[in-house]
Amino acid sequence: MIVADKKPIEEIIEEIKDHEKILILGCNECVTVCEAGGKKEVGVLASALRMYFLNEGKEVKIDEVTLERQCDHEYLEEIRDSMDQYDAVVSIACGVGVQFMAEKYHDTPIYPGVNTCFMGVTEKRGLWTERCQACGECILATTGGICPITRCAKRVLNGPCGGSVRGSCEINKEIDCAWQLIVDRLKSLNRLDDYETLCPLKDWSTDRAGGPRKVVREDLQQ
Amino acid sequence: MRLQYPSDIKIILVPCTGKVDLIHILHSFEKGADGVYAVGCLEGDCHYNSGNLRARKRVEQAQKILDTIGIGGERAQMYNLSSSEGPRFAQIAVEMDEKIRKLGPNPIKLAKKRAA
Repeated sequence: MIVADKKPIEEIIEEIKDHEKILILGCNECVTVCEAGGKKEVGVLASALRMYFLNEGKEVKIDEVTLERQCDHEYLEEIRDSMDQYDAVVSIACGVGVQFMAEKYHDTPIYPGVNTCFMGVTEKRGLWTERCQACGECILATTGGICPITRCAKRVLNGPCGGSVRGSCEINKEIDCAWQLIVDRLKSLNRLDDYETLCPLKDWSTDRAGGPRKVVREDLQQ
Repeated sequence: MRLQYPSDIKIILVPCTGKVDLIHILHSFEKGADGVYAVGCLEGDCHYNSGNLRARKRVEQAQKILDTIGIGGERAQMYNLSSSEGPRFAQIAVEMDEKIRKLGPNPIKLAKKRAA
């Protein structure tokens, strides 16, 4: 899932301080799971902002809506009829949702309420860690299911580098060396011979180096 | 025991303080409560293992938010005591009542009156 973290309320207040009719818009997907932008967080943020503005003596209307997703047309269309009631929206979906909202509703300023961090997993409640950088050319089949693009600070394809010390990365002892994890995993799979095979040069044009990316599936298009 | 405690404290029963969410605390202040405190079992004694620890974290989150928006985080508190400590319950009620009286009314309540 896409992992996000809540922005400080002060920052959100600064974004919206000149508006009077504000919609706090949540998303029921990834940001709900990482407890940054779901229905509950919409309620908390809206309540805090209502109290802030009331205390400041400003009359500001703050409404709450949480959509199933903010990255699909049909869900964003659900609020079209009510958008004229607001002069600003704080979207606490990931950056994808904020941008899709902005594309759809040209006349309304859309402000982000979370910092979108990475694609990752929930290790336990309150701890999310990165697993994928969407490089566009998955090599997990050869690395025992552990991604060196994401988990190695240098994105080394034939590792480890000289900075691997007793299973940790040189940039921080708390970070596992991805290549140590890969070797350990290949050993468990009895596939250590695969480690001897050099990984060929990677086509980085499918990564961010090629600019914004798209996936086209003509078989699905109408 | 027939212990006395301030009559302006409204008790809301929950099965466990783990049920108390951040949004409940914030809504209480939004509706005009001058102070909110959660009274849970002693730490380590939660029937549901960690309900009271969760409640403490949520109260701390509420304190941070209340400080940020100018209401004052000290208006929200967490206390722990066992169910056999009636006198302690009454003492906490008095303590909290005094603390909130010193802080004065919830600014939201006053702001609402001004706006009306």
